Amino acid sequence: MEFFRIKRDIPFMSYGKLTTTISLVTFILAVVFLFTKGLNLSVEFTGGTVMEVQYQQAANLGDIRHRVEALKVGEVQVQSLGTSRDVLIRLPSKAGVSSAKLSEQVMGLLKAGDASVQLRKVEFVGPSVGEELVSSGLTAILLVCVGIVIYLAIRFEWRLALSAIIANMHDVVIILGCFALFQWEFSLTVLAGVLAVLGYSVNESVVVFDRIRENFRRPAMRGKSTAEVIDNAITATMSRTFITHGSTETMVLSMLLFGGPALHGFAMALTIGIVFGIYSSVLVASPLALALGTTREHMVKVVKPKEEAVV
Amino acid sequence: MNRFPIWKYLLIALVLITATIYTLPNFFGETPAVQISSTRQSTPVDTALMARIETTLKQQGIAPLGIFLDGTSLKVRFKDPDTQIKARDAIQQALGDTYIIALNLLPASPEWLTRLHANPMFLGLDLRGGVHFLLEVDMKAAVEKTMERYAGDVRRELKAAKIRYGAIKRLGDTTLEVQLRDAETLKAAADKLARTLPSVTFTSNDANFRLTLTLKPEEITRIQSDAVKQNITTLHNRVNELGVAEPVIQQAGPSRIVVQLPGVQDTAKAKDILGRTATLQVRMVEDDQGKVAEALAGNTPAGYELLDEATSRGTSKILLKKDVELTGDNINSAQPGFDQNGGASVDIGLDSTGAEIFRTLTAENIGKRMAMVLVEKNRSEVVTAPVIRSEIGGGRVQISGSMNPAEANDVALLLRAGSLAAPMNIIEERTIGPSLGKENIEKGFHSTLWGFAAIAVFMAIYYGVFGVISVISLAANLFMLVALLSMLQATLTLPGIAAIALTLGMAIDANVLINERIREELRNGVPPQSAIQAGYGHAWATILDSNVTTLIAGLALLIFGSGPVRGFAVVHCLGIMTSMFSAVLVSRAVVNLWYGRRRRLTSVSIGQVWKPENK
Repeated sequence: MEFFRIKRDIPFMSYGKLTTTISLVTFILAVVFLFTKGLNLSVEFTGGTVMEVQYQQAANLGDIRHRVEALKVGEVQVQSLGTSRDVLIRLPSKAGVSSAKLSEQVMGLLKAGDASVQLRKVEFVGPSVGEELVSSGLTAILLVCVGIVIYLAIRFEWRLALSAIIANMHDVVIILGCFALFQWEFSLTVLAGVLAVLGYSVNESVVVFDRIRENFRRPAMRGKSTAEVIDNAITATMSRTFITHGSTETMVLSMLLFGGPALHGFAMALTIGIVFGIYSSVLVASPLALALGTTREHMVKVVKPKEEAVV
Repeated sequence: MNRFPIWKYLLIALVLITATIYTLPNFFGETPAVQISSTRQSTPVDTALMARIETTLKQQGIAPLGIFLDGTSLKVRFKDPDTQIKARDAIQQALGDTYIIALNLLPASPEWLTRLHANPMFLGLDLRGGVHFLLEVDMKAAVEKTMERYAGDVRRELKAAKIRYGAIKRLGDTTLEVQLRDAETLKAAADKLARTLPSVTFTSNDANFRLTLTLKPEEITRIQSDAVKQNITTLHNRVNELGVAEPVIQQAGPSRIVVQLPGVQDTAKAKDILGRTATLQVRMVEDDQGKVAEALAGNTPAGYELLDEATSRGTSKILLKKDVELTGDNINSAQPGFDQNGGASVDIGLDSTGAEIFRTLTAENIGKRMAMVLVEKNRSEVVTAPVIRSEIGGGRVQISGSMNPAEANDVALLLRAGSLAAPMNIIEERTIGPSLGKENIEKGFHSTLWGFAAIAVFMAIYYGVFGVISVISLAANLFMLVALLSMLQATLTLPGIAAIALTLGMAIDANVLINERIREELRNGVPPQSAIQAGYGHAWATILDSNVTTLIAGLALLIFGSGPVRGFAVVHCLGIMTSMFSAVLVSRAVVNLWYGRRRRLTSVSIGQVWKPENK
C-alpha cells in the first residue's frame, strides 16, 4: 500500500499568495474572536470554586440552581457534565467567605434536596494564584519560542528559525481563537496541550527544513531555484507528514473519545493544533522562509571549505 | 552491513529486561494494609511492637497476609478491606494514641520485585482520590509578631539597665522608634541594646534623642523561613492525627505550603484539623501524696486535673493544678540542645512578658515541679514536667536531666507544635472522590490502549514487517517510560497519562521517518541492505532535531508549569528521551537481527514501494 503516488513535485510555493491570504484571514478572525468573546478561563485562572457532584438519577438542574442561589454568593453556574447524572457547579470567589465552608454549605443544601448526591470533586483557587498562573503561562510560551528560535538558528539559519516560529505562533493563536469562538473552557491542562502543540508543530517544520538543506547540498538540485528546491522537499516529506500526523491524531482522537471530560479540552486543543500544524509548516513556514530570502548560500556555507580542500 | 556488534545487542537486551522488570509491579494491583508509625523517636517502631501486634491480631482472630517493618513504619497486609478496618480498630485499641495508625494500600507485587525496589508508579491525587490544599503563610503577621516581641525586649532591657525612656513607637513594618531623654541616655540605651539585640541595626538621632531600630534584611528572611518551617512542623503533627498513610507536606515557594492527603474523603474534618490552634500551657504539679492517691482512686480534688505523661518508660499519671500560669503565646522558640554536663536538654526562649512571669513563678516554687501541657482538641497531654532548681530570669529556660537526645527532640517539637508561627489561609483546594480517581485511571488507560492498537494495526498493514518492527519499538518505548516513572517514583497524574498517550503518538514519527526514507531509497533503485543503512542514517539527523525542539517545549513546561502542567511535562520529557532510544536503537537492532544476517537480500517487507513510470 502506498497512499501518496506523486509523479512530479507539487508547486507549493506558487500557491504562496493564496495560502498567505488564507492564513491571514484565519489569523485575524482568531484574534477578533479572542478580543470580542475572550477565553472562557477555568477556575484555575479566575479563582473561585468548582464542584462536581453525581446523582443516582437524572439531576434536576433548575432545583440545584435554585438551592445554590440561596447562598447569595453571586453568579452561580450549574450545568450537566457529560451525563444527566453528573452536575458541575461553579461559584465565584468572594472575599471573606472561606472556600472550605462554601463547598460544605453547598453540599448541605444539595443533600437536603436529594440524599443520594455524592461529591466527586471540589476545586477552589484563590484569586492571587490565578494571576500567577496567567503570568507563568505567558512566560512559558515566550520561553518556548525563544528556545526554539535559538536552537533552529544554530542548527539551520535564522530565516528558517523565524519563519518556523511565526508559523507556530499562528497555530497557537488559531487554537486560542477556536477556544474563544466556541467558548470551550480554557484550563491549565489545555495550556499544556497548547504548549505541546508548539513543540510538536515545530517538529514538522524541522523535518521540512532538514529536507530543504539536504536538497541544497544534492548535486542533482544544483541548477534549481530555491522555490523548486523547497517544492521538492515538501513533496518528498508529504507521505511521512500525513502518516505521522495521522498516527498522533489517532492517539489524540482516542483521548477525545475515551478520555472523558477531564481530557476533553486537552485533546481538543491538540486536534486543532495538529491539523493546523500540518498546514502551517508546509504552507506558511516555507513560503515565509522563501519570502525572507533564503538561498542556497545560507544553508550550505559550512560545506564550502571542505570542497575547496578536495579540489 | 546491517549488523551490530554483540555488545550492542546485549546492552539493548539488558535495557529492555530492566524495563520489563520495573514495569511489572504495575500489573499486580494493591492489597489493603494497616500502617503503624510513630511521631516520636522515644516510642520506636520495632520488632517488639511487631510481636505485640501479632498477638493482638491473633487474639481477635484476624489473620494478616503479612507483617513487615519498613524503615520507620510497620505494615500489615490483609486480604480485604473489611478485615483491614477490623484490624485497624483492634490495633488502635491495643496501642492507644501513642502511634499513628493509618489505612493504606500496598503494592501486591511479589517479594523479589519489592526487594529490587521495583514499585508501581506513584499515583497522583486525581487518580487515587484525596485532598490537596495550598496554604499561604501570612508573612506580615509573622514579622509583626517578632516586632512586638522586640518592643517588649527593649522595654525590659532598658528597665533592667535603669535607663529612662519615653514612648516606643512602631514605624512601618520593620522599624521601632524609642524616645529618650538626652544624649547621655541615648548613648547608654544604644550601647545596651546593641549588645542584647544583634539582629537589628541602630540609628541614633542626636537632635531629638530618638533611637531607631530596624530589622536587618537577613533577619526578615530568617523570620519568614522559620515561620514556614514551624508551620510545616505543626501541620505534620496535625496530619498525623488524621491517620493518613502517605501525606505530602512541602514548602512551595517562599511563603506557601502544599498539603496532600491521599485517600482522605472527609475534607471538612481535614480542614478543621489543619486550621486548629493548639495551645501550650505551663501549670504547676501537685506532688502531695495524699491528693495524688485520692485522684488515682477516682475522685480528683476540685481545682486539680489528672493527666497522662508519656515518657520512654511508658505513660504515668500526673496530678496538675488547673490554674494556667503561662501559655504558648509567650514561647518564642524551643530547640533541642545540650546542657553544661553534656546531657540532652530543651532550650526554650520566652518573650519579655513570659520571662517576667516565669521569673516570679520559679522564684516562688523552687523544689516543686512544673508541667508543660499541650492542649489540642480538648485533649491535654503533659509534654514534660521538670523540677524547678532555682529562680530563672531573662527568658532563657533550659530543661535537662533524665532525657535522652531523642526525647529532647520530641519535647522541642511538641512545644513548637503548640502554635503556628503565623496564620495561614487556604488559597487552593482540590478534592477528588475515590470513584472519580478510579474512572480517571480507566479512561486514561483505555484511551492509550485503543490509540496504540489503532496505530499498531495501521503500521503493520502499511509497512509490513517494518511496521511490525516499529510497533515493537513503540511497545518497548511504553515499557521503558513506565519503568522509568516507576523507578523515579514520579507522581503520575491524569495529564501524565495523557502525556504517555501523546508521547506514543509522537514517537511513531521517528519510525515513520525511517520507514519512508528506506522506501525512498528503494524507489531510487538502491539495493535493500544499503537502503536500510541509508534510511536510518538520513533519518537520524531529522529525528534528533525534531526531538530537541519538542524537548525545549517540554522543559519550559516543566520549569514554568504548575500542578497539572508539570505532571504532563515530566512524563512528556522522559517520553521524548525513551522514544529516541527505542525508535532508533531498538528498531534498528530488530531490523539487523531480521535482515542483517542475509547476504543476498533481494527484497524487504516494507509495504508496496511504488515507482513512477517515467523513472
